[in-house]
Amino acid sequence: MTTMELAGLGPLHDALRDAGYTVIGPTVRDDAIVLTELESIDRLPHGWGVRLAPGGYRLRRRDDEAAFAHAAGPQSWKPFLHRSRVKLWEADRTGDGFEVREEPHPPARLALLGVRPCDLRAIAVQDRVLTGGRHVDPSYAARRSDAFIIAVNCTEPGGTCFCVSMGTGPQAGPGYDLALTELVGDEGVRYVVDAGTQAGSDMMDAIGAGPAASGDVERARAEVAAAAGRMGRTMPPVDLHDLMAGTLDAARWDEVTERCLSCGNCTMVCPTCFCTTVTDTTDLTGDHAERWQVWDSCFDPGFSHLHGGDVRASPRSRYRQWLTHKLGTWHDQFGSSGCVGCGRCIVWCPVGIDLTEEAAALHAEAASTDR
Amino acid sequence: MTSAATPMAPVPYRVTGRRDETTDTVTLTLEPVERPIPTPLPGQFTMMYAFGVGEVPISVSRIGPHPRDGSTPGPVLEQTVRAVGAVTGAICGTRPGQVVGLRGPFGVGWEVDAARGRDLVLAAGGIGLAPLRPVLLRALSEPDAFGRVALLIGARTPADLLFTSELDEWRARGAQIEVTVDRPSPGWDGRVGLITALVPVADVDPGRAVAFLCGPEVMMRVTAEALTGRGIRDADVRLSLERNMRCGLGWCGHCQLGPLLVCRDGPVVPYTRAAPLMTVREL
Ligand SMILES: Cc1cc2nc3c(=O)[nH]c(=O)nc-3n(C[C@H](O)[C@H](O)[C@H](O)COP(=O)(O)OP(=O)(O)OC[C@H]3O[C@@H](n4cnc5c(N)ncnc54)[C@H](O)[C@@H]3O)c2cc1C
Ligand code: SF4
Ligand code: SF4
Repeated sequence: MTTMELAGLGPLHDALRDAGYTVIGPTVRDDAIVLTELESIDRLPHGWGVRLAPGGYRLRRRDDEAAFAHAAGPQSWKPFLHRSRVKLWEADRTGDGFEVREEPHPPARLALLGVRPCDLRAIAVQDRVLTGGRHVDPSYAARRSDAFIIAVNCTEPGGTCFCVSMGTGPQAGPGYDLALTELVGDEGVRYVVDAGTQAGSDMMDAIGAGPAASGDVERARAEVAAAAGRMGRTMPPVDLHDLMAGTLDAARWDEVTERCLSCGNCTMVCPTCFCTTVTDTTDLTGDHAERWQVWDSCFDPGFSHLHGGDVRASPRSRYRQWLTHKLGTWHDQFGSSGCVGCGRCIVWCPVGIDLTEEAAALHAEAASTDR
Repeated sequence: MTSAATPMAPVPYRVTGRRDETTDTVTLTLEPVERPIPTPLPGQFTMMYAFGVGEVPISVSRIGPHPRDGSTPGPVLEQTVRAVGAVTGAICGTRPGQVVGLRGPFGVGWEVDAARGRDLVLAAGGIGLAPLRPVLLRALSEPDAFGRVALLIGARTPADLLFTSELDEWRARGAQIEVTVDRPSPGWDGRVGLITALVPVADVDPGRAVAFLCGPEVMMRVTAEALTGRGIRDADVRLSLERNMRCGLGWCGHCQLGPLLVCRDGPVVPYTRAAPLMTVREL
């Protein structure tokens, strides 16, 4: 594999747009770094970093012009691939029955620019859930199949990051078309680029990228390797699946329930949370019906509703469901962890509940009761 | 376009028959308006849609017959629905001639073929008899393929018993049928009490019996314990679980029970798999 070098991302952005892609990437809006369609490459958040803490997110000015030195923002790529509201079909009454028309899901050509390694893995996790089983979600597949992914190796982890514990970063794993490493110097920023697919190398050829200077390649590798030592958080070094399976009666669930508001923010920001519900509606005549699929959260009491009551009526059981699913039963259901270590749920929890701290406490409790 | 290309869109089925089972439970006979869904297996369910109201999981309670004259393009289905809320209420209110939507079939059914050559214990609590009926009908239609068949039924009151018009016929075709109710009504001369009391009278050889259970979770738990207590192997007991389901396709996340997605890994699961999950509160 050849490693190339780009002095700036303008030509790549132009080439992607010429190839018909809608380029999505980070920009500064409302005091946060959000993902949006980038009509111009100038909208990248050059010179912005973030300070991340439990329940806290602050932009900060950097003393360089780095565009990708800002860890995970409030959104993941989830809203672009697994949309929060999808119309599934509409139906009209006919003489004695009804006729259903499925909503078409036209293929989208999305270029995702600046996908961090944790989020790259999160996309793979959602791929497995929504397209890896017996049934393929057509809306997700239409947006995912042609997506062109430009990952960014992480050189600037945040205070709530723990991708190293989850084995997802700071070096991007498979699944990207291109992977950038951003090098910041006195003369500005430049990018060492690895192509992960033929489409990726074709794109680099198209913009005439030259080979990377060997010094830059080494520096890029070294900076990513150094980032691994600067994780803000770690998970306890145990088999988290087994820890969760053995912990269903732990006292710690009562403790965390005193703080958890059951607001569901953690599920909305999490890049792997995939749950949805459907809403069935009719117009005023009652002759036209529609079904929409919308994001749902396991923190909603009605999520587990059965005739006779909600299965998970207590907030305790809902937090337990969320954490044991992420770290434990996801393995049983889909063959991987449901957590990629992005830290979003820690940052965007209004009361700053930190799943690494909860896992550590559960581990400590299990270890003390084992004795 | 009236036919659906993905598993997302309801397929229209006409209600061609309707029978009141109890004051709140109805059995509908359903025939495809144009295109049928793939033929369900006993224990599988469909997502049943009442126009404009919503969609809920309902087991098939009878599969076939497939009319020889080709008057319908797929087997006739029956589904037995208890009105407990908005959607089931609307489904129960449909009249012959009207149309409902079906998606599916979904899930893992009873392992009827694995039960060939064995004695069969079917234990049903309340509406739980509906998903067991196709197993019973299969066993009765192939008497040489199965050993003895015992059907144990528990209901709240005599008025809550389902398929009462068929029980005598099932007996005549060789099934042992034992019934108990929680609360008797005047004139009831049958048994009163828990369904577990029927386990000892099931005329089967525990060493070669397979047991299928469907009903409330507590009922399934105590019945499974009683059956294994009589010597039926844990591994030969299966039960059908109920969880909230919004899609039936394994995408919506609502039907999780610990490691299981009940719509995909169930609803019928081995007792050995379900037992440790059923004892955890609010899992
Ligand atoms: C595999 C399977 C097989 C089944 N087979 C049968 C059968 O053969 N016969 C039968 O009678 N029943 C069967 N059931 C049960 C049946 O699906 C329920 O009785 C039915 O879903 C109740 O729906 P409802 O609208 O009538 O009642 P409601 O209790 O009003 O519920 C309506 C639906 O809306 C949703 N809902 C309600 N409240 C909330 C809330 N607060 N937040 C979010 N969502 C909410 C729930 O998902 C629910 O399904 C089966 C269930 C399963 C899982
Ligand atoms: S559980 Fe939290 S840290 Fe893990 S992937 Fe989801 S949001 Fe990120
Ligand atoms: S853990 Fe935090 S974000 Fe998640 S539901 Fe509880 S309070 Fe809300």
